[in-house]
Amino acid sequence: MSNKIVNQKAWFLVAPVFLVVAFNALIPLMTVVNFSVQETFGDNVFTWAGVQWFQDVLHSERFHNALLKQLLFSAIVLAIEIPLGLAIALTMPRKGIWVSFCLILMALPLLIPWNVVGSMWNIMALPDIGLLAKMINGLGIDYNYTRQPVAAWFTIVLMDVWHWTSLVVLLCYAGLVSIPDAYYQAAKVDGAKPWAVFRYIQLPKLKHVLTIAVLLRFMDSFMIYTEVSVLTGGGPGNATTFLSIDLVKIALGQFDLGPAAAMSLIYFMIILAMSWLFYTLMMKNEES
Amino acid sequence: MQNTSLISWMAWTWPTAVFFIAIFLSIAAMGFWEYKVPGGGPRHGVFGLDTTRGDRLFISILGGCFIMLGWLGLASDSIWGGLLVGIVWMFFVFRWV
Repeated sequence: MSNKIVNQKAWFLVAPVFLVVAFNALIPLMTVVNFSVQETFGDNVFTWAGVQWFQDVLHSERFHNALLKQLLFSAIVLAIEIPLGLAIALTMPRKGIWVSFCLILMALPLLIPWNVVGSMWNIMALPDIGLLAKMINGLGIDYNYTRQPVAAWFTIVLMDVWHWTSLVVLLCYAGLVSIPDAYYQAAKVDGAKPWAVFRYIQLPKLKHVLTIAVLLRFMDSFMIYTEVSVLTGGGPGNATTFLSIDLVKIALGQFDLGPAAAMSLIYFMIILAMSWLFYTLMMKNEES
Repeated sequence: MQNTSLISWMAWTWPTAVFFIAIFLSIAAMGFWEYKVPGGGPRHGVFGLDTTRGDRLFISILGGCFIMLGWLGLASDSIWGGLLVGIVWMFFVFRWV
């Protein structure tokens, strides 16, 4: 039988957080829902549109293409960043003077503002002056991200891997450091090979942080806007026009607030469902 | 003169207000249910998931939204068929998931 003291008054302590969330998330979300069923031309004058914007978005080929590109981008960066981040974390020192150096080095890309990251890679990859472009062209490969869709994809994936793998590394490193030495000593006594240590000690102990890493990276990559907007602006053509970029074009470029609100809600529901699915599946695996 | 109060800025309509009131009422009703009849602990359902009553509410609302989108995208212009399927889905989730 539990001897825990139950004091429900403690819930009042979360009231300030609840208020903050209400103002920065719930009220804007409610407003988006309200906009998604109406037409407006400004001046707070609205006319009822029903589910028309949802139907328009759901039947729009432009939306299907943007969604597919966004999903593909998230799948590619997750497939690269999670194993790479884990591998780097495994090779980082756990003791000694190099620990701080490695941690600072890993944290640096995360400290750079997103639009600066886009600008940096823009300069790096520009065909005329960019170091990256010169290097790739020097290898005899025709590379110009401003007019080749494959090159544009390659550049934004490379940029994202450079920018965000560090987050996975730091999360995995924190997980690895928290594994008690007793596990390694027991493995040593049993004569376990490095692969066995990784497979049966480190990987199971890292499941929680890997879950968080996958969730964070999925949500971030699925919502990526700034870096891609600065680097390619959605081009060449529409090759890198992801949902986020398309949404801004519709909302701010075309000022179609109704369809943009409907698209935002569909976008939000996809992120919510995918995050719930990832979390549930990973927690289920852990329990089993 | 331009009306810039919070209500007009948020562009409220009766249907969307009813939608949010229904969501808040359902959450309140779940709290009341748990208070009156405790027992919302995890249960193993047909999808192999351990879900609490709150989880089931979340799954049924989110699933209902996707059913409605699917209905609008694939089946018909009318929302009533989608609503009916959504209610059946909600019953299924609360009973078996």
